Amino acid sequence: MTLLDDFMVRAALAGLGVALAAAPLGSFVVWRRMAYFGDATAHAGILGVALALAMSVPIFAGALVLALAMALGATALAGRGFAMDTMLGVLAHSALAFGLVAVSFLPSVRIDLMGYLFGDILAVSKTDLAVIWIGAGLVLALLAWRWSALLTATLGEDLAYSCGINPARERLVLTLALALVVAVAIKVVGVLLIAAMLVIPPATARVFSSTPEGMVLRAGVCGAVAAVGGLRLAFLLDTPAGPTIVCLAAVLFLVAYLIRGVLPARA
Amino acid sequence: MSLVQLEDVSVAHGRNTVLSHVNFRIDRGEIVTVVGPNGSGKSTFLRAIIGAVRPARGRVSRAKGLRIGYVPQKLPLDPTLPITVGRFLSLPTRVAPEAAKSALAEAEVPDLAGRQMSDLSGGQFQRVLLARALLAQPDLLLLDEATQGLDQPGSARFYRQIEALRQERGCAVLMVSHELHVVMSASDRVICLNGHVCCEGQPEHVASAPEYRALFGTGTQGALALYRHDHDHDHDHAHDHAHDHAQGHHDHADPAPAAQAQEAAR
Repeated sequence: MTLLDDFMVRAALAGLGVALAAAPLGSFVVWRRMAYFGDATAHAGILGVALALAMSVPIFAGALVLALAMALGATALAGRGFAMDTMLGVLAHSALAFGLVAVSFLPSVRIDLMGYLFGDILAVSKTDLAVIWIGAGLVLALLAWRWSALLTATLGEDLAYSCGINPARERLVLTLALALVVAVAIKVVGVLLIAAMLVIPPATARVFSSTPEGMVLRAGVCGAVAAVGGLRLAFLLDTPAGPTIVCLAAVLFLVAYLIRGVLPARA
Repeated sequence: MSLVQLEDVSVAHGRNTVLSHVNFRIDRGEIVTVVGPNGSGKSTFLRAIIGAVRPARGRVSRAKGLRIGYVPQKLPLDPTLPITVGRFLSLPTRVAPEAAKSALAEAEVPDLAGRQMSDLSGGQFQRVLLARALLAQPDLLLLDEATQGLDQPGSARFYRQIEALRQERGCAVLMVSHELHVVMSASDRVICLNGHVCCEGQPEHVASAPEYRALFGTGTQGALALYRHDHDHDHDHAHDHAHDHAQGHHDHADPAPAAQAQEAAR
């Protein structure tokens, strides 16, 4: 375990764990147009962090519970005829605002706020690393188990019903996975940039993919390159690690679309 | 027992009752067509059968282990989701490439397996949906406006193919359609729906029923006869006849119901 004593190694492994879990989940977020939903869930995480600190429970647990509550609440409200984007706008930003205000009531942690908003990947401990990889493993296992049903439900709800698949149950699986990813990614990219890690790598991968599985694999590669490369860049340029990772992901996205513009269109 | 049975089923969306007191059954090998004007609850009827809507009252029962092959009216594909025809056919259960190939051939779209779903024409897309439904080895094939986007000869051929599939596989077919004339001639039974079952029975019976005429006018009966006549002929002539019949439809119908039928056909 001596390798894990190096904080850069721990940081890289943490980034990889989040990138791998974010690839399949982020693909669903893109396919099902849930980007804003992901944002709202992530922003609820900061409120969870504040509550966890106030109650002296693990931050991971607080973020997980609040993210889950937000995701379930938003799903339930969406079924009642609210305009989804308006409602998510209300929920996402009020959760963030209430979270920030709540954190300010805790004098001892005021200094750490940036760490929760933008991540603090260089401070990942061995325990954090274990939590991240267990969380990522759970998400990957959950999505692999439900893969075919999730994909069918994504293509069409009635198509799913006709195959004996309940789309509401599959939506719940995604909601659960999303809350898990939010909880494990707070340390790595922070609540403000989680949605970016979910959306940008799959969007980049879309350019070169012809099947859903191909897109997930490429998204994993893009995310991993962004995480490890971004970390390296942050070290070299002395920039904040979380935002640098997202910047690199965005540059990859841009390059992918430029390459596609140059390549002749596929038949 | 029947493959699917609806007993006194009512479905409501909010305060609107979409279906009321519908009784229905379909047996193995039957071809049943549901016709009805827009907003008559046809799609809701199909959704009740696949279990996508919960009836407010009544009971929907399906045969144990019933396999349904569902061909939806349309399947809006998100442009961010890349998927080949071959991959699509393997949803939700993975099928062998040879099986996929023969299903595509059966649906008359061979050699499409490597194409992107988003690159298909409307007709090809419908046939790929049919191929996917066939791969489930269905006991019951559900077609919801399955010929949308097909021209008249194309949809006539599509329905003739459905008849052939019933012959070969013995599966029951339940279809919803606006194309009354084409569809009805292939059916054993027709159900005329308008929030409730207005009338049902053999195509000839329904076409002459006053309830049906009140909804669709008398024009379609002539078209039905024309198409019936067409049936005695060789399939090679199908195109011409289908064309004739389309004109016949216009000539026969008096203006108001014709407009309604065309409205419905959209």
